[in-house]
Amino acid sequence: MIGLLGKKIGQTRVYDDKGNEVSVTVVRAGPNRVIQCKTSARDGYNAVQLGFEDQKEQRVNRPALGHFKKFNAAAVKRVLEFRDFSLPVKPGDVLSVAVFAKGDYVDAIGTTKGRGFEGVMKRHNFRGGDMTHGAKGWHRRGGAIGNRSFPGTVLRGMKMPGHMGQVRRTVQNLRIVQVLEQDQVLLISGAIPGAKGDYVVIREAKKNPKTASKTN
Amino acid sequence: MSQALLEKIESQYHRKEPLKFSVGDTVRVHTKVTEGDKERIQVFTGVVIGRRGRGINETFTVRRISYGEGVERVFPMHSPRIDKVEVERQGAVRRAKLTYLRKRIGKSATAVREKGSRREKIKVPATPAAEVKAAPADSK
Repeated sequence: MIGLLGKKIGQTRVYDDKGNEVSVTVVRAGPNRVIQCKTSARDGYNAVQLGFEDQKEQRVNRPALGHFKKFNAAAVKRVLEFRDFSLPVKPGDVLSVAVFAKGDYVDAIGTTKGRGFEGVMKRHNFRGGDMTHGAKGWHRRGGAIGNRSFPGTVLRGMKMPGHMGQVRRTVQNLRIVQVLEQDQVLLISGAIPGAKGDYVVIREAKKNPKTASKTN
Repeated sequence: MSQALLEKIESQYHRKEPLKFSVGDTVRVHTKVTEGDKERIQVFTGVVIGRRGRGINETFTVRRISYGEGVERVFPMHSPRIDKVEVERQGAVRRAKLTYLRKRIGKSATAVREKGSRREKIKVPATPAAEVKAAPADSK
C-alpha cells in the first residue's frame, strides 16, 4: 500500500499526447512527512503515520504536540496512518508525489459535499409525482413506505428523506494523468469526492495495484 | 493560491498562437482526424455562431447547412486536434451569440452581412467546392 494525504485544488481539463481531452482533478498531495512507523513487533500491526501541511506549534493541541515531539517531527495539520506501507520509510522522511507515476491507478477517499436534509428525489433518485396532469401538492413525495397490518411495520432501510452528503466516500481506480513534482501536484483523471480545499487520501488502487517493482 | 496553480497547469495546454476570428465570421476549421494510424485533415466550414468559456475551457460553435440540414459543431479552442482556422469572410453582426440563425431557412440561414458592407444587400456566397466535399460532421 502506498498512500498520500492531499488537498483537492480543483478540476480542469488537459489534453493527452493523442489530443484527447481528459477531465482531471488537481490534488496537492505533498510533501507528506513520515511521523511514526508502527511495527507488528511493537505495536501489533505494521503502519506508517503520515503528516500533511505544516502548522505552527502554537496552533496544534497539547496531545498532538507531545506526539510530534516524541518522534522529533514537525507539527502538521493532518495525520493519517496507512497500514502495511510498501515503501521503506523511516520517521523524518518526506514523501513527495513522485511515489506515484503517470499511468498508475489510485483510489481517492474524501468527504462528499454536505447537502443537508434532502428529500427522496435528490437523495435516492425517486421519480416523484407528475408536475402536471392535475397533480396538486404531490410532486416530490416518495409514496407509500409499507403495506398494511402485515407486516405492520416499516421495513428497515426504507429509503426516506434525511441528511445527505458529508460522508466518507472512496472512488476506485482513477488514473494518474500527470505528476508535477515541482508543485507537489497530482492530476487524477475523473472526479474526487469533496469540495475544493478538502482533504483527500490518495492511495494505490486496491483492486489495481501497481507492479511490485516500484521502490523509493 | 490554488486558483493560480490551476491556471498554471492549464496554461501549459493553451495554444501558442491564439485562433483569430470573431462571431459571425465564416470560417474553415481544419481538424486532425486519426484513422487507424493515419492522420488526415478534415475541414468544417461554417459560420461561427458563438464562443463561450474562458481559458482552457473556451469553446466555439460553428454552424453550417449540410444537405439542407443545419449542423453545428462545438470545438474546444485549445484542442491540439484543431490544426488551424481560416477566416473565409468576416461577418458584421451585432450579437455575441447568433442563435437566431437556427430559425432561418434557406438563403438567409447562411447570409451574415459582410463586414464593412452594412448598407449593402445581403450577399450569399456560392457554395465552395470544399464545403460539399467535407464529410458531414462527425462527433469528436
